[in-house]
Amino acid sequence: MLNARISVPTSAIPGEVIEIKTLISHPMETGFRRGLDGEKMPRNILKHFQCTYLDNVVFEAEFFPAIAANPYLTFFIKATQSGELIFTWTDQNGKVTQKNRSISVQP
Amino acid sequence: MNTGYILHSSCWLITYAFILISINTNANETAERTLNERTLNKERSGFYFQSNNTQALQNDSFANPGLLWVDSGQQWFSKRPDNITPACQHCHNQDKKPLVGAATLYPQYDSTTKKLMNIEQRINRCRTQYQHQPPFPYESNELLSLTAYVSNLSKGMPFNVNITDNEKPFFERGRDFFYQRRGQMNLACHHCHEWNAGKKLRGDTLSQGHSNGYPIYRLEWQTLGSLHRRLRFCNTGVRAETYPLGSEEYVNLELFLAWRANQLLIETPAVRR
Repeated sequence: MLNARISVPTSAIPGEVIEIKTLISHPMETGFRRGLDGEKMPRNILKHFQCTYLDNVVFEAEFFPAIAANPYLTFFIKATQSGELIFTWTDQNGKVTQKNRSISVQP
Repeated sequence: MNTGYILHSSCWLITYAFILISINTNANETAERTLNERTLNKERSGFYFQSNNTQALQNDSFANPGLLWVDSGQQWFSKRPDNITPACQHCHNQDKKPLVGAATLYPQYDSTTKKLMNIEQRINRCRTQYQHQPPFPYESNELLSLTAYVSNLSKGMPFNVNITDNEKPFFERGRDFFYQRRGQMNLACHHCHEWNAGKKLRGDTLSQGHSNGYPIYRLEWQTLGSLHRRLRFCNTGVRAETYPLGSEEYVNLELFLAWRANQLLIETPAVRR
């Protein structure tokens, strides 16, 4: 499980556009660099990010070797009702890091 | 009448122009003088020499990537290594031996080894002596995280190292290291960080070489790194021999740097280019 930071407002009013921020620790090794021994360092990257809100995918991203280490993503969603946001990062080997946050939406 | 008016007003215009020019030159001189004062006479954190974007990243209390290490340091701090030994938190909490401000006092003289000890070594001392665990290797993720967490507790507090009789010989060795020319380029630390601070070294602006933000997140490294890693990087840059991480030479230098930065506030985790 990777170390991640997630920022979601704890409450919102229905229809409000809220900002979601995520930051995850990952080396995002490109596979093109050579180490001190002269050998190529194997590629090690995150491939996919997904955010679901009330079981619907609201944001998705695909990562490639050119993404910097510790990927930082920020995006906006419209809050409709109280529920859970699930954040899922999947690396190149299919290993999954999942975090969730809940938001209360009241008028 | 008309000509008189025009003459009159043009006279005023010329006078205005003169006043403006003289104000302008004064402003230029002042700007130059303050720049010199800033770079030569006044201690400035490395933060000052960064681009606006890098400064904004450091100040962002969410997106600063160094905070990932502070977070995991906090986890290590409260985690027991096994069922018998206590976590760091057991001894250091708000009620007893709080570590707030501890980072401002290191490196410090250690009476058992009769040598200087920096925070990394102090953390490992606790780990071997009280937790009975093997020490974390220097620059390992665990040690970096714990150091970042402990230093972050002193964020916003000024460096406050004491140079007593015990520390004095080490301090002098550190100072000598700083002013000693070394490497193929025959440069000492002070040539860049005192004489030429604020000037450009290729694409980068030379800082005054203060140590108040370590461990730092360097964009070039794409990860958090210790002061000693940075010192090795500087030594390699002037094509000089590097010393091992945690070596006596670097800890002595670390004390001199902390003393030099004595009125500067701790910024851990700082973000640098």
